[in-house]
This record gives sequence, C-alpha cells and structure tokens, in this order.
Amino acid sequence: MQNIIFVILRRIRRPLIALICAYAVSIMGFTLIPGADAQGNPWRMDFFHAIYFVSFMGSTIGFGEIPYPFTGGQRLWATATIYITVVTWLYAIGSLLSIMGDKEFRRVMAFSAFSRQVRRFREPFYIICGFGDTGTLLVRELASRDIACTVIDIDETRMHALEIEGLPVTTPGLCADVNEADALIAAGLRNRYCQGVVAVTNSDSTNLKVAITTKLLRPRLQVICRAETQDTAKNMASFGTDHIINPFDTFADRFGMLFHSPAMHLVYEWVTAIHNTPLKDFLVPPRGVWVLCGFGRFGKAVRKHLSFEGVQTRIIEANPHGTQTPDGAVIGRGTEADTLREANIENAAGIIAGTDDDTNNLSILMTAKDLNGDLFTVVRQNQRSNDALFSAAHANLIMQPSTIIARSILSLIITPLLTDFLKLARERDEDWANILVSRVTGALTESSPQSWTLKIDAVKSPAVTMLLDEGTAINISHITTDPNDNNRRLQCVPLLLKRGHHLELLPDMETSLQNQDQLLFCGVDPARLAMKTTLRNFNVLNYVLTGIDRPSGVVWRWLTRNKTATPV
Amino acid sequence: MNSEKVVFAFFIVLALTLNFGFVVGEFSNPDHHNAFELFCALVVSLIATVLKFGDRTHIGAVLLATSLVADLQLVIAAVVWGVSVYGMGDGLTPVIMADIVSLTSGALVANFASVILLITETAMLRR
Repeated sequence: MQNIIFVILRRIRRPLIALICAYAVSIMGFTLIPGADAQGNPWRMDFFHAIYFVSFMGSTIGFGEIPYPFTGGQRLWATATIYITVVTWLYAIGSLLSIMGDKEFRRVMAFSAFSRQVRRFREPFYIICGFGDTGTLLVRELASRDIACTVIDIDETRMHALEIEGLPVTTPGLCADVNEADALIAAGLRNRYCQGVVAVTNSDSTNLKVAITTKLLRPRLQVICRAETQDTAKNMASFGTDHIINPFDTFADRFGMLFHSPAMHLVYEWVTAIHNTPLKDFLVPPRGVWVLCGFGRFGKAVRKHLSFEGVQTRIIEANPHGTQTPDGAVIGRGTEADTLREANIENAAGIIAGTDDDTNNLSILMTAKDLNGDLFTVVRQNQRSNDALFSAAHANLIMQPSTIIARSILSLIITPLLTDFLKLARERDEDWANILVSRVTGALTESSPQSWTLKIDAVKSPAVTMLLDEGTAINISHITTDPNDNNRRLQCVPLLLKRGHHLELLPDMETSLQNQDQLLFCGVDPARLAMKTTLRNFNVLNYVLTGIDRPSGVVWRWLTRNKTATPV
Repeated sequence: MNSEKVVFAFFIVLALTLNFGFVVGEFSNPDHHNAFELFCALVVSLIATVLKFGDRTHIGAVLLATSLVADLQLVIAAVVWGVSVYGMGDGLTPVIMADIVSLTSGALVANFASVILLITETAMLRR
C-alpha cells in the first residue's frame, strides 16, 4: 500500500525535473537576450516578464510578444523554447497519465477506497466472498431485506456486474484474492458491525481458507461456507465453522424426501424459496428403477439418499475408475441412445442427468425423453446463464447448486427460526404436511411465499410491548389482522412460536403473545409490511385490537372519550 | 560510487552556495543582491526537492522537509520581489530588499540544515 506511493513519487521525479529545467532555461534565456522597448532603446526582459511570457508560451496559450515587440534574437530563442517546453509538458503529462493508468496503482486506489467505505459502515453487514451465481443471488436478496454486504471476488468482470446491479443498499465491492487475509480485513472482518462471513467461492480450498482466517481473527463471528466435498466439510467443521452447506447433499436430501412425503417436500420448497419466483407444484415421483447419469459428488449423494428411500438406481458413468463407481454400472456418458438403452431406459421410472457439464445434461435429458416419454426427469444445472435452455427443456426437477446454497444461507441469515421449524416439521407425518400445505395455499397468490421472523421486544415492536406492559392481551390473530380492514386477515400463516427454549409448531391463532416471543411467519410480502406497521404504530395496533380508529391527538381523544371507553 | 548520491549532493550544496551568494552583501542594498542568483537558487532548490521524492529512509524524509522549507522561503521572497516592483509599483526600496534578504536568509538556514543532514548521512555510511 505505502510502497506504491513511493514508487509513484520516484516515477514522477524525472518528468518534474525535466519541467523545472525546461522552464529555468527558457526564463533565463529571455532575461539574458537583449531586446528593445517601444522607442527602440535597448531593454532587457526582467524575471517577472520572462516568467509571465514563458508561462503562457509553455502552455501554448500565447498572448503575443509582451511587453514590447521582440527583437530577432528574442524570436529565435522563443522559437527554440516553444519546442522545449511543449515537448517537456507532453512528456510530463504522458508519464503522469501512464502512472494513473497503471494497473497496480489503480488496484491500490480501489483497495483504499473500498476499505475507507467499509470503515464508515455504521450498520450490521455480512462479508460475502465470491460474487458468482450464488453470491449474486445472496447479495440481491439480502439487499432487498435492507441487510448490507461487502463483496470480494477475484474476477474483475464480476465486480463490474456488482457496480451495475443497482442495489438498494450500499454494497462496496473489491476485486481481490480472499486467500489474503488483508482483503478480508479490508472487507470489515475486524469491524464491530460485521455479523458474519459467507464463503461461496467456487473453490473449496478458498472457502476453507476464509473459514480459517475468520475463526483465527474473529473466533466468535458466524461463518457460513459452501463445501462440495466431504473432506472439506469435515475439515471446516473441525475448527468450528458455524454452517457448512453442501449443495449436493442438500438437494439429494430434499429429493429423497419427495419419495416418502411429497407434501413435506413442498413445504420445504415453499418456505425456503427465493421470493418472487413462481410457486412450485405438487410433485409425485414414480417408484421403480431410476437411471442416474454421472456418479460424481452429485450422483453419489443422490444414490445414497435414494437407496435410503428404497429406490433402486442404475448408474451410467464415463469414468468408472476415477469415481469409484460400483459394479454393474453402464460405462458411457449417457448422451448416446446406446448407453441409455443398455441401462434399460425404456423400463425406467425416471432419469437423473447429474454430470458437471450442462450441455451433456441437456443432451441426456432430450435423448432419454425420446426413448421413453413417460420418464420423470431430474437435471442438474451448473451455470445460471443456461437458465433459458433449462426452462425450455421442461424437466420435472432442476437442481441448481447456486440457488440451493443461496436459499440455505438466506434462511440462516434472515430467518434463523426456519432451521428450527424445518427440523421440527420433519418429525411430523405426511398428513400434517398436507394440512400445512392447504393452509399456506389459502394464504397465497401465484408467487412463492416469503418467510419472516418477528420478535416481540421494545425495538422491533414497540407498540405491542407497550400494550403488553399495560396488561392488554394480544393474540396472534390480532397481529395477523389487516390494518386497513379489521374484518380481513393478512395473507400469512404463523409457522412457529419460540418462547424461551420452548418451540411451538403452527401456534394457535388465539395464543396470546408475551414479551421476547419470536414468531416465524410465511406469507406474501405485503402482509409482512402490513404486520410491521401494526407492531410499531400504536394507533394501528389499537385499531386491529378494537376496530376503532383511535384519534391520535389529545383533544380529539378527549372529545371522543365515551366512544373509546367501550371497545367493540 | 552511487551516481544518485553525487547528483543529489551536487544540487544540495549548489542550492546552499547560490543562496549564500545571494544573501551576502549589505542587507538592504539592492545593488548587492542579484536577481539571477535568486532565480538560480530557487530552481536548484526545486530540483533538489524533487530528487528526494520517493526516498523511504527517515533521513530522506527529513531532507525532503528541509528543502521544502527552503523552497517555500525562496518562492515567497521571489513573490515579494515581483509584487513590490510590478504589482505595487514601489520599486526596489531598501525596506523591500531587506524583506527579501531576510526571507532568503531563512532559506539559507534550511539549506544549511540540508547540507548538515547530508554530511551526517555520509558520515554514517560504513563504506
């Protein structure tokens, strides 16, 4: 950092000295060469006039021969000095511009601007390492919830993408290698407003390095990491990384759930969905033998969870030795009809195209559909840029690692209660899930629901705590009443109530609230915003409780005192 | 022999000698103080300053400071000269000359300090 400034100072030495010398020689020349005044008397230019003349001549402004017309000798010298000064200026400006354009110089300037911006943060923020598909989704979603982020990525084009993203909150970005602790520190690792570090680069070793750096420098800080192999995940867990997300395992786990409880799968999909995405439909996968193309990390995870559900798989893998494919697997890529026929695709229930190449996956999907039109199709999409292709392929289920990771991380950051909810929900049976699905469907429109947490405390819900302290009973049904019309309900469903350490799944609407309660809701976004108003605004809360629009002024309240004395 | 050191020492000492040459003479007598000498002293002092840019040593930083002081004093002296003669039209009165010479004497002290620092640096060198 300091180095570059010294280097710059060293580099501008030569142009500066050249400028000083050119000016000194020119000025000196003009004071020495004899001239003549208006009357033709001998006259010598003094320093003042020489400096004045050379200044406007050197910068090519040229006011003319001042103060008297020049003699031949002076003109000769002026001709020479015009070239000297102009060329020197070009040289000096050229060197300065080349320093400004220097890549290293600009990197240092960007770095210091970034760390200055982060240092000025006075609100909680997260450090996002990696601005690829996952990082972009994460930052967008967090920004829409007014949660600030600082972003580091090694790729410059991704930083340009961040610039034009147009996020509603300030999101400083730095193009740097997160393997260097300096970059993390600049991103605010030591800042006391930093809430956590999220490592979602596409390299496991980089994510690991971020986790170690964070745990060493700020042991208490929450670290959320993406890990694609079991080794890395175990390594991360060994030094206390808070949350490790393996996209393949997460997907395979949900996929397995589809076989024994489609409704539960739907609940999972809904509550963890990225908002404003189309609502997912009910899916019922057929039982039978499934063809699994690609036995890499994804294939292994899927096979494990499927065999747990009692579903048989037939594997197609091009490199059986490298991936330790079990015996009986078909060797090939699965993109050709021959290999698929060999795997008996005509009698299979479904196909899972799970290689790490998007083109191959699409090809597998289309070939398989040609051979057997009734197949249930699952396809892995590695690049988000292929969105259009994958949606045109009409697969029953698309596995996007980036979306899966982003969703898991978002629910950890925005709605920590969601993890508790999903854990509890898993223990319930399919009937319970069906009831929940019908309840949630009743409150929904076409797009995915949002889930949000609210806490009853003086900061987040001052109006509620005030009335609770006065002894007024407030039920969940009250805060889910539409503040514009108290005969209507807000489009949301309470999923979980957390009181101390006690967790209550799907709390009853008549449950009365207590201070420090935490509630998890699932519903549409306008409902979330309306609920926010109810919790904060005393008059609105009073309206949903009593149905009376409480006058806010003292005088009007006094005038209507008889009316308010008898709540409806 | 380090040619950078030679060039730098040359300019530092030259700045001092030129400055000294300008200052010597009757304090307020314009005839004893040459404008060319002031101009040269200023130019040489500026070059000496630029030569110290980017020096990371402590003594280099102090040298940069002392020569910046000398520049400042000389520039002010030159401005006083120019303003009094052309700006106010007073001409080079003994009072103005005394001002100019006292300012350049200040620069002389700064230049002297630079030379002492230079000598110290050289003396500290073990080779």
